[in-house]
Amino acid sequence: MNFSFFLIQLLNGMQYGLLLFLVASGLTLVFGIMGIINLAHGSFYMVGAYLAWWLAGMTGSLTAAILLGIPLTVILGMSLEWLLMRRLYGRDHLYQVLLTYGLILVLEETRSILWGDDVYGLKVPDMLNQSIALTENLSYPVYRLFISGVCLLLAAGLYVLIKHTRLGMMIRAGASNREMAQSLGINIKLVYTLVFALGVALAAFAGMINAPVSSVYPSMGNPVLIICFVIVVIGGIGSVKGAMAASILIGMADTFGQVLVPEVSGMIVYLLMAGLLVWRPEGLFSRI
Amino acid sequence: MSEQDQFDRRGFLKGSAAIAGGALLPTGFARAQSSKLRVGLMLPYTGTFAQLGIGVTNGFKLAVAEHGGKFGGREIEYFIVDDESNPGKAPENANKLIQRDKVDILIGSVHSGVSLGISKVARESGTLWIIPVSLANELTGPLCAPNIFRTSFSSWQTNYPLGKVLMERGHKKVVHITWNYVTGQENLAGFKEGYEKAGGKIIKELFVPFPQVEFQPLLTEIASIKPDAVVGWFAGAGAAKFLKDYQASGLKGKIPLFGSGYLTDGILEAVGDAAQGVETTFPYADDLDIKKDKAFRLAYVKAFKMQPDTATMLGYDTAQLFAAGVNAVKGDVANKKGMIKAMETAKIDSPRGVWHMSKAHNPVQDVYLRKVVGQENKMVSIAAKALADPARGCKA
Repeated sequence: MNFSFFLIQLLNGMQYGLLLFLVASGLTLVFGIMGIINLAHGSFYMVGAYLAWWLAGMTGSLTAAILLGIPLTVILGMSLEWLLMRRLYGRDHLYQVLLTYGLILVLEETRSILWGDDVYGLKVPDMLNQSIALTENLSYPVYRLFISGVCLLLAAGLYVLIKHTRLGMMIRAGASNREMAQSLGINIKLVYTLVFALGVALAAFAGMINAPVSSVYPSMGNPVLIICFVIVVIGGIGSVKGAMAASILIGMADTFGQVLVPEVSGMIVYLLMAGLLVWRPEGLFSRI
Repeated sequence: MSEQDQFDRRGFLKGSAAIAGGALLPTGFARAQSSKLRVGLMLPYTGTFAQLGIGVTNGFKLAVAEHGGKFGGREIEYFIVDDESNPGKAPENANKLIQRDKVDILIGSVHSGVSLGISKVARESGTLWIIPVSLANELTGPLCAPNIFRTSFSSWQTNYPLGKVLMERGHKKVVHITWNYVTGQENLAGFKEGYEKAGGKIIKELFVPFPQVEFQPLLTEIASIKPDAVVGWFAGAGAAKFLKDYQASGLKGKIPLFGSGYLTDGILEAVGDAAQGVETTFPYADDLDIKKDKAFRLAYVKAFKMQPDTATMLGYDTAQLFAAGVNAVKGDVANKKGMIKAMETAKIDSPRGVWHMSKAHNPVQDVYLRKVVGQENKMVSIAAKALADPARGCKA
């Protein structure tokens, strides 16, 4: 591998990591702030991808599909929190695991009834459907760079929201002490509903924006879910900053692992997780 | 409602139905029971492979309809189990069909893991078993048995002929890329054997952890190696993404892409023009100049209002093979030996061309080289004539 290819692989790792961050950020918020182990997070990713495909088919534009899809997923998230999650805050994690596992099955089946079990493709918007030539036979799709840009913007947005807004302050207060925040007059129920909806919308948005690259197919959220849990655990539960650092780390490890040690590439990220947890059991960054 | 409740209620309903039926038609009831052929379909009807399970079932039913609804003078009764592509449940599901439903024949499945799970049960019970789709070499290799037949093909069969094709085109050094799990490795091994025998060299074997679909680092690696051609095996959604990424990375058109059939099967609509020109070897194609295929396609569209695919063709052949057995013994399925003999020697007039069974009960068939043009896998040439799987390890 010469130097220019090394740089391209760095870019690959960075780009993959940013995409992982987009999905993992929602999981770390819901997990860290609400204490909910949300196994259905990957299913929301799938729902987003199918919504993008379905709405783009009807409106003829991916942008329109995403603009329509986001409010829909926010509504889905809010209703799920209001109908189901709300009942579990005081309970053991096992109940949450059971409920959200059930949600996976329900969402998969609903998807099968509504949209069938076929693999669908989605076109990259014309404006972004170009490539930049890097070497004589390799070029880089502009759409991938666009995704990276969106991920960075979103990361910055989340950071500002949590650290520098009133709502962010309430979220942080609720995360550190639910009862105290409530007795200070914060409508903690509403805050939780919003956070859960934000988590669902983030996962679905990742599915939507990634749909043209990944294609749309049944149970596409499951592998994503597993890698997201790895990221959340490495990054430190509930830490958005940690999720960012861990995502880039996993992206790099996966990229260079596949190229340099293909024999064990499937294990690399898990070895990394095990190693890091021995060194820092609480993750790279702890708490928000 | 508890499990117990449900059982009791169902048991009660069944009981009363039996009494009512028995009181009204005692003799007719008993005769109907013995005169129908009991066919067990153990296929995926939900999940990723659902389309394949439905395809096989439709194909099977089409062939039955063409036989006037009867094999060997007997009507057919179906016992259907959704195997969910779950290997863990496979032995239990197969046992249900064999022990409880007492099927005359078991048909399944798609996922190789499920078929491997059925294998033990079928070998022990001796029930006639036809595998309509699963590719794992060992099913008609070390695990072969007199009562086990496969109507599809082995991984080896779809890959071995590709090597010669590549050498004829002057592609002497290639990179192979696939998922790092059993089927991926079987595909690689089959291709490698044919390619090295023809004098080619695989300069790098790349693996993606299964079922990941992040190909970017390996595509970069391919660009830096600059092989004469790339050979890949992925299936379903993974194949769709691979083809799209291959195009987006700019490799398409610079380094030709080849593979075994599933790389471009059932996903052409999803990938758009990313698959154009990709060539694969497979025992079936979309535009075969075979009378039987044209008739099959017309009949299928008429019956089901949709286009047939490889899975429907395989279901159709499965029924044809079973019919050959049952017809030979005139519906007397207790004569298992007679049936097996007839199935072993049958010439199946299939949409993919006429084929017959090898000693290990895997089709001896032509393998076509196909090229994606528009939304079709068009036949280019016959890559291997009457190719039989070597059936390594089969001692039956």
